[in-house]
Amino acid sequence: MSGSIQDTFFEECEELLEATDEGLTAIEGGDHDPETVNAIFRAVHSIKGGAGAFGLDDLVAFAHRFETVFDEVRAGRMELDGKLIQLLLRSSDQLSALVEVARDGGEIDEAHNDTLLAALDEYIPEEEEDLTFEPMGLGAPAPVADLGIVPEAPAEPQEETYRIRFQPLKEMYGTGNEPFFLFQALKDMGDLTVKLDENELPGFDAMDMSESYLAWDITLVTKDSRSMVEAVFEFVEGLCELSIDGEGDAEAEANALAALDAMFSTPDAPPAPPAADAAEGEAPAVPFEPPVPAPEPEAKPAPAEEKASAPKAESGKQEQRGGPKPTLRVELERVDRLINAVGELIINHSMLAQQIANLDVSDTRDVETELEGFKNLARDIQEGVMAIRAQPVKPLFQRMARIVREASAATGKTCKLVNVGENTEVDKTVIERLSDPLTHILRNAVDHGVEKPEDREAAGKSKVGEIQLSASHRSGSVCIEIKDDGAGVNRPRVKQIAIEKGLIPENAELTDGEIDNLLFAPGFSTAKEVSNLSGRGVGMDVVKNAVTGLGGRINISSTPGKGSTFTIILPLTLAVMDGMVVSVADQTMVVPITSIVETMRGSDDMINSLGADGTLLSIRGNFVPICDVAGSLGLYRESDQQAGVYLLVETETGQRCALAVDDIHDQRQVVIKSLDGVCGEIAGVAAATILGDGKIAMILDPESIIAASPTAAAFDTERRMSNAS
Amino acid sequence: MKTKVLAIDDSRTIRNLLAATLEEAGFEYHCAVDGREGVDMYPDVDPDVVITDINMPNLDGFGVIEELRGTGINSKVPILVLTTESAPELKSRARGAGATGWITKPFDDASLIFALKRVTGAAA
Repeated sequence: MSGSIQDTFFEECEELLEATDEGLTAIEGGDHDPETVNAIFRAVHSIKGGAGAFGLDDLVAFAHRFETVFDEVRAGRMELDGKLIQLLLRSSDQLSALVEVARDGGEIDEAHNDTLLAALDEYIPEEEEDLTFEPMGLGAPAPVADLGIVPEAPAEPQEETYRIRFQPLKEMYGTGNEPFFLFQALKDMGDLTVKLDENELPGFDAMDMSESYLAWDITLVTKDSRSMVEAVFEFVEGLCELSIDGEGDAEAEANALAALDAMFSTPDAPPAPPAADAAEGEAPAVPFEPPVPAPEPEAKPAPAEEKASAPKAESGKQEQRGGPKPTLRVELERVDRLINAVGELIINHSMLAQQIANLDVSDTRDVETELEGFKNLARDIQEGVMAIRAQPVKPLFQRMARIVREASAATGKTCKLVNVGENTEVDKTVIERLSDPLTHILRNAVDHGVEKPEDREAAGKSKVGEIQLSASHRSGSVCIEIKDDGAGVNRPRVKQIAIEKGLIPENAELTDGEIDNLLFAPGFSTAKEVSNLSGRGVGMDVVKNAVTGLGGRINISSTPGKGSTFTIILPLTLAVMDGMVVSVADQTMVVPITSIVETMRGSDDMINSLGADGTLLSIRGNFVPICDVAGSLGLYRESDQQAGVYLLVETETGQRCALAVDDIHDQRQVVIKSLDGVCGEIAGVAAATILGDGKIAMILDPESIIAASPTAAAFDTERRMSNAS
Repeated sequence: MKTKVLAIDDSRTIRNLLAATLEEAGFEYHCAVDGREGVDMYPDVDPDVVITDINMPNLDGFGVIEELRGTGINSKVPILVLTTESAPELKSRARGAGATGWITKPFDDASLIFALKRVTGAAA
């Protein structure tokens, strides 16, 4: 089996599952368009068709059941009520799970699968229930051999002579079937003699050109089995009068037919030939229903696995036509190579600019104009490449609907997920790595956030909890919000747990925001016992780590009785960012522009002391703690160096801080080079970059520098106490 | 002269499977992603045989057969439908519309080629 075709199948499955989910969600939301139902039916049907080609029996069986129920709906024989929609949604989830197992391996939850199958069966009318998917394609010789239709010692099948009488009905001629081609197919099987019988041809005057007058008497000597001879006439069954008489023993024939009947008899396809047009004249002598042709001259018993044997495809065969909107499928690796090259191009540009600046030439204006053009082009290319990697969050969000359904089912709560901003585009890697954190947050929201239906009712809320998952672009970042309308963070309890676990001192004074953010503290878990749902022994700190690992931040805000909101802010891209190049104790460093509110040069009268060695910067009457970057990174200044420039930065929690640096050089785009695996994690440093002069510069992480600053912490406590009083 | 096949199926997987088998067997392969496109392509491709799926957006397989056999195009070439079930009523409906034969999915190389052979006489 060609891997590439199977890959295509799984890729296509993703799209089809998405379409299914989307359709079901629309129906759940009150969509009554018949085309929506049709689209879902087609999607599930395509999954089944493809799965059949690859012998994925579990998937085929499930898809078939699913599809059959949908066919009932489509035909208007069944009403789509709330209960059925829920079942279909869960079935769609299961279908995804089966696709995943087929692709990635793993175990199917048999019990769950069987439960859903049984539930689907209840919607399938009796007579349709046996429309079992026929696992055997046309021309699958294996089962024939298994059934012993081929004589027991198949090594040298006996030659047999068949006398065939073939008389097409006039109906056959409209179907594109040509007697000549049928004879050709027979000729391939052995010695063939064909004799035209034109006895029924009337005189010219009596001839009706739409009638069929001709018949053929055929003699075929072949080693092929009778069923293979019959298979040649499969398409004209019911469109002709046909008799096939073997000279051999009639008993074997009868046995073979009986075996076939046994194999194929179903309530709606009785053993009798289902000849549609057999009313005229004699009924065809032979049932054609089991199509069992095999063009191979020798039908050896084949192992069962071969029955769905698929084309020996050359890999890399491309389709000749795309969909209505032409798209190009490119290996991700190629795009990444391009992104790397663009990164190098940007670095190269800065190097070139630096070289030109260093040249001893009086007039560089022309060169600089061209260089500016170069820069703009490089940026265009970069944006273009980034756009290739960017994908809408829609598929991710749709998967999340499933998580919420599962979690609701497991906790006995009713929740619905409302997605907002599904078309927001985010870097592919970010999307991939967001899946786990989002799953965790959503399970948490259902498990801990949303109240039980009765509690919600008592609180005057709708029984159905609503969780809103939204995505939006916000000034160079992506903002993902998960907002539930549950009870909000139980602050006294969270604080209590944090004290019990020794995360905070007993007498700690914390703002509401800080208490909420304790949820992200390592080792914190509010579940009294690890629930099998959101618990799983992992806390929200894992979520936080995953988000910070993407260069993002996460924050929670909560209103008691109204619900909680998790906000995740992520960089648009993982490869390039705008940074401010600064120097700190002779080192060149880069601070992400997105975190800088303003910059200023400080004078002595702006600086005030706080405690033993803390300092505050006074800005327009407000005090902001100063955090010396050199100090927090453990760098030492020469005596003549001084931190005289301040970068005012604001954290996600609204805490402001002035980062003290020696000087600001430039603002430019830098290529982010990960330090992972090079030197481990350095507090205060997010990554590194290569500057125009070829030197490596650290990219700072203001958030963690502030978090580590004792002045900032002390000031923050003070600020809060003064706020409280 | 190679035998020209026009395959109409909205499933990329099935199109790829057909392409792989047919091209290897020496057929000239053309494909369309839905019924409408298939019918639109028909005059240009001028195939020797058409293979069409039934369940498709923008005109289903029955619609394809009806349009190809209709007075507008008046096609006489064999049309094979791809079906998942060997449900008799499906076959008789396809035949009623003017289909020549059917290929049951999943199909293997041999059965696909055999079906084509019976309606075009060509093994390639």
